[in-house]
Amino acid sequence: MYVYNDFDEAFVRERVAQFRGQVERRVSGALTEDEFKPLRLMNGLYLQLHAYMLRVAVPYGTLNPVQMRQLAYLAETYDKGYGHFTTRQNIQYNWPKLADVPDMLEALADVGMHAIQTSGNTIRNVTADHFAGAAADEIEDPRPVAELLRQWSTDHPEFQFLPRKFKIAVTGSPTDRAVTKAHDIGLRMVRDASGAPGFEVIVGGGLGRTPMVGKVLREFLPKADLLPYCEAIVSVYNLLGRRDNKYKARIKITVHENGIDTIRSLVEAKFAELRPVFAGFDQQLLTQIEGHFAPPTFRSAPTDSYEAARLANPAFRSWSDTNLSAHKAEGYAIVSISIKKHGATPGDATADQMRVMADLAERFGHGELRISHEQNVILPHVHKSDLAAVYAVLREADLATANIGLVSDIIACPGMDYCALATARSIPVAQDIATRFEELKLEHEVGPLKIKISGCINACGHHHVGHIGILGLDRAGVENYQITLGGDGSEDAAIGKRAGPGFSADEIVPAIERLVLGYLDLRAAPDETFLQTYRRLGIEPFKAILYPAAATEEKANAA
Amino acid sequence: MSRHFTPKVITANDLMLGDAIWLTEDDRWTRDIAEAELIEDEAHATIRLLFAQAQPEIAVGPYLADAKPGTTGPQPIHFREAFRTRGPSNYAHGKQVEV
Repeated sequence: MYVYNDFDEAFVRERVAQFRGQVERRVSGALTEDEFKPLRLMNGLYLQLHAYMLRVAVPYGTLNPVQMRQLAYLAETYDKGYGHFTTRQNIQYNWPKLADVPDMLEALADVGMHAIQTSGNTIRNVTADHFAGAAADEIEDPRPVAELLRQWSTDHPEFQFLPRKFKIAVTGSPTDRAVTKAHDIGLRMVRDASGAPGFEVIVGGGLGRTPMVGKVLREFLPKADLLPYCEAIVSVYNLLGRRDNKYKARIKITVHENGIDTIRSLVEAKFAELRPVFAGFDQQLLTQIEGHFAPPTFRSAPTDSYEAARLANPAFRSWSDTNLSAHKAEGYAIVSISIKKHGATPGDATADQMRVMADLAERFGHGELRISHEQNVILPHVHKSDLAAVYAVLREADLATANIGLVSDIIACPGMDYCALATARSIPVAQDIATRFEELKLEHEVGPLKIKISGCINACGHHHVGHIGILGLDRAGVENYQITLGGDGSEDAAIGKRAGPGFSADEIVPAIERLVLGYLDLRAAPDETFLQTYRRLGIEPFKAILYPAAATEEKANAA
Repeated sequence: MSRHFTPKVITANDLMLGDAIWLTEDDRWTRDIAEAELIEDEAHATIRLLFAQAQPEIAVGPYLADAKPGTTGPQPIHFREAFRTRGPSNYAHGKQVEV
């Protein structure tokens, strides 16, 4: 893992000191709220419905146990004993007091963390595949490149006042677990004809009120050209992006309005200018960074005890069927810890749970933890012979829910329970869906299904790329939920289609139940997933399930 | 006769704690909407909002929110404002347990 050097350390400490002074000046009245707001946002501090909210960056979702314990300490000392892991691999604290925030930032700096550029019209935390460095299908660990991008983009003088926020995601595998096609820049590692690794560069993806799947700007970019090429993209956007209308300011609109070919020629021209300027320093830096991400020394040991435990304990077997993924090293597995216990708030972990996960990473996981954009926590490197012990500890801590990738593994933004921008609540809808499917005991039979819920059009809950997406709106002063179907955040990214009129808060959970049960009748075989069935049949049969009255009427009219 | 004016309360977030606060008739800020001043006249609402905006050391982002009279005092109309009087629905946190 990357460790701060003296420069990073001094920079972060200086920012904490600056922010401490800014808070003091705001409290004394020397700064107005209008003056203070951009300063607090630069440091990740929002003012929400019930309190301030501090968004802490977890760079590319990677944490070490010491950092996780510090997050637990912050939760306990300055919040209400928990933290909320977000869809951008960050953590948010929902209840800090203004006067405490400089101390919180100081505590973060103690473990090489910060909240810089987690807000504002800047390049935000670079996200990455949460299985980076562990996935069996990976070409290379994308995190050194993500760290290079982080260093380049942090406090980059040219990019502190972009037309709008800017998000970059990187994946080292052909399988896209980082939703790269829904980012301003998506980087997907591929190989050229000679086998050399590089990136497919995708630009102009995004969700929000105008959802768009990113377009390929360059089919193959050599790894060594990444930084000048990204700088060229952001430079072109910085000049061309619209500042007259907030809703048209993201690069997806710039690409849409100017056309990908125009953007490509502008980027290539700028790249030709920039490339010689980089002169190799970025590559030296990358080599240094790569040294920090050397894979752990994997051990070789028998896995018989794992197989025996699977046979002996059905609950363990169910959990290992659902929550493990293939690891690149023999005898190892990737463990996804579900932060989605049925009925609990998606992504919320208590301070005690954070400590348990930190301990597990230390004892059994080569000291590594990841936060996934799906709001779960990953132990990327666990030897199979340790899995039964890991499971036992997780069970004790209420962290052993076997539901990864299933109906109840729901992404949900904080919604109107916390967020000042929200138009409806998301959390209770997620809680109720998960609780209902737990009662039905059906989710394992249903199989892979991604439900994603946003509490407003800004789509922090990624509803557009949910196989079932739910969007909470305010319709004449009442919460109302729109369903979209067929979205996909993978390498085959697709934006979901709206199914029809929205449902009230009372109707939405029964509607989802109807939809999922209806899918079980529609699927061609037990292994045909919801998304495959949708792609085979189209939206109509699902509409008929969602709106039975309308379907009956239509039939009657046709007859 | 002037056009219909929906009664209002003045609300904001507290600078130090960040929570919801309401302006009272006797110029205090309260954490209980029932103690807020229910403003039934548009011109008076404007004057009260200016008064609130002149207190940036206490109140962040004051605005007028629709309200209605209740048995114990003003009550919110929109669900967003109702949540602000209580706190989140996923935990017993915020005003529902603190006020």
